[in-house]
Amino acid sequence: MSDPLLRDTAERLFAAQCTAEVLRSADQGKFPRALWDAIERAGYAESLVPEESGGPGLAIADALSILVCAGRHAAPVPLAETMLAAKLLAAAGLERPAGPLTIAPVRAGDEVNARRDGARWRLDGAARRVPWASAAAAIVVVAQDDGRSVVACVRPADARATGGANVAGEPREDVAFGAVTAEGVEAPIDASQVFALGAVMRSAQMAGALQRVLEESVRYASERVQFGRPIGRFQAVQQSLALLAGHAAAATAAAEAAMEVVARDPASPAIAAAKIRAGEAASVGAAIAHQVHGAIGFTQEHVLHHFTRRLWSWRDEFGSEARWSVMLGGAIAAGGADRLWQTLTEAGA
Amino acid sequence: MSALDRLRFTQPPAFPEGEALRAEVRAFLAEHLPPRAITAGVGSWGGYDLEFSRKMGKRGWIGMTWPKRYGGHERNALARYVVLEEMLAAGAPVSAHWIADRQSGPLILRVGTEAQKQAILPRIAAGECMFCIGMSEPDSGSDLASVRTRAVPADGGWRVNGTKLWTSNAHRADYMILLARTGEAGEQRHAGLTQFLVDLKGTRGISIRPVHNLAGEHHFNEVSFQDARLPAESVLGAVGDGWAQVTSELAFERSGPERFLSSFTLLVELARTLGPAPSERARIALGRIVAHLIALRRLSRSVAGMLQAGENPALQAALVKDLGTTLEQEIPEIARQLVEEEPDPGSTRDFVTVLAQTMMNSPSFTLRGGTREILRGIIARGLGLR
Repeated sequence: MSDPLLRDTAERLFAAQCTAEVLRSADQGKFPRALWDAIERAGYAESLVPEESGGPGLAIADALSILVCAGRHAAPVPLAETMLAAKLLAAAGLERPAGPLTIAPVRAGDEVNARRDGARWRLDGAARRVPWASAAAAIVVVAQDDGRSVVACVRPADARATGGANVAGEPREDVAFGAVTAEGVEAPIDASQVFALGAVMRSAQMAGALQRVLEESVRYASERVQFGRPIGRFQAVQQSLALLAGHAAAATAAAEAAMEVVARDPASPAIAAAKIRAGEAASVGAAIAHQVHGAIGFTQEHVLHHFTRRLWSWRDEFGSEARWSVMLGGAIAAGGADRLWQTLTEAGA
Repeated sequence: MSALDRLRFTQPPAFPEGEALRAEVRAFLAEHLPPRAITAGVGSWGGYDLEFSRKMGKRGWIGMTWPKRYGGHERNALARYVVLEEMLAAGAPVSAHWIADRQSGPLILRVGTEAQKQAILPRIAAGECMFCIGMSEPDSGSDLASVRTRAVPADGGWRVNGTKLWTSNAHRADYMILLARTGEAGEQRHAGLTQFLVDLKGTRGISIRPVHNLAGEHHFNEVSFQDARLPAESVLGAVGDGWAQVTSELAFERSGPERFLSSFTLLVELARTLGPAPSERARIALGRIVAHLIALRRLSRSVAGMLQAGENPALQAALVKDLGTTLEQEIPEIARQLVEEEPDPGSTRDFVTVLAQTMMNSPSFTLRGGTREILRGIIARGLGLR
């Protein structure tokens, strides 16, 4: 992150707001209103909106780094989704409704179609696993009208959302748009770019959560005494934690590379690399953290699961490691063996 | 500073000038890369070629960051990084000067006497003076502080007895930087160690015996000192400071692109064998490896940036080496699952022979320059656990 002041401010905000109590009650389905209000007051929801559209004019990498902090504290709100939705609305010249927002579609292969209907657009189709659909003030849909993109702003009450959640308890709802009409604008937005930005955001969140999981594990290993000494004194535990530190560092590096490059080149290999590397780190890191924490880390009472359940969820959202690897590996193969090195040096990492 | 702050990697500094240099290196390689077997340098930094080292010296690509008065070129660490990674990715034969450029030269620059600097550094930078590392011994591997090779004052100089082992390229090197015990270890096991600049070709009492590796290659040696006489001015740095000097040297040894590119030739041959439209399983495997490489390259460039900024990224270097060598070791295992071929070192087909050589060299990746277990111990200490 290039702006330490922004990082420190965000770190303080999330640390103060995302208490164990807030995480627990969010787990039980209560939207953390105070946290959201603090996020709005800080302007984070609009941090991807360009200056000319009334945004703060942050570099994209800095704006996305707020999500690393949010991930470090398992902020149980659709901040990433709102940032992305607000950016799309600004690009389309549509007004942003107050409150948290979400976007659709978010699953590869899902498509929502749009047809003009007077001054509005009539949407048709469905989107699976839409984050926080019912809790959002609006669902910003990137729909297709004969190959052109339409950004439409749908009120959740007008669509039909069917409950669902990821393993962290964050709402992920299937939304049917049958015959919904909504305000919308044709905009030169490529759905694959939205998917790419979503993947970078989840990578940033995973990097943050991994840093936290490392911190919690190191602290626990230093405090928990067995056989007359802290378990962190045992080499077997030390070696596991060192491996976790490596995965956390690699996930962070990959996410930062993607955060820096995504505005300039949404097709960069660095984006696939971030989702693949952070996803793998999430799997290994969560497993090590739980092993080190023993039985207490497996309880609802302990905080660890707020991070590990998110890691288990986020690695699959906006494309799993397998999906992104198929794309990246396919591009590498198609480019040919003798271009492989050049691709690596041009990845912008 | 918290444990995590100590492990923080800074953003690699932007270095747009590096791209012109990169183009220059690629053009040089297109012209000067000697024809050789594709396996010539698998796992060992491209093979040993004095002629090629001299050509690199002429281009100013050895000792790049050193002061001009010692034959260096006063370039920054990121420019050096560009040259290193381009050479390794191309499998260029850089191993003759590798040790001297990476760690012996920088150590002499930092702790050597003016006379040592003037005598040695310009020759290294010209690609004409080769080094080997005299650290490990038969009974001292990971526990380096237990070395038993002893140097005692004699006739105004030093008399050395003992045996060094796993000394890569000792049979071809001009100098060894020798770690020897000169005093008692005492309470602090790290006390009483001293480094010496040993002229291997001009010192009597040194015998060098080859140790072939499991692939049948001769890189390692056993170097015995029997009453070998070293002049007083061969002490490198301060008597008794050997441990601190050695550990700082290892930080340079651990973070470079050679710590994740040892299997790169195999990866390229794998991609070639798989062709432009491989199976989904192959694409997944290839994509994952490339994702790891992109992350590793950034971490490694971050360390180069931190070295350039005058920081001491020893912890970060240990971490990069652990991650990088793990991937290097996975690549042959992944390759053999994707292509139905049996590895054969004598094959005329590139993939088959590179697979065999990489596989046979792969155990060394997580041993040389500090074993995986030692590195993870260093990282654990950085995390505040030890």
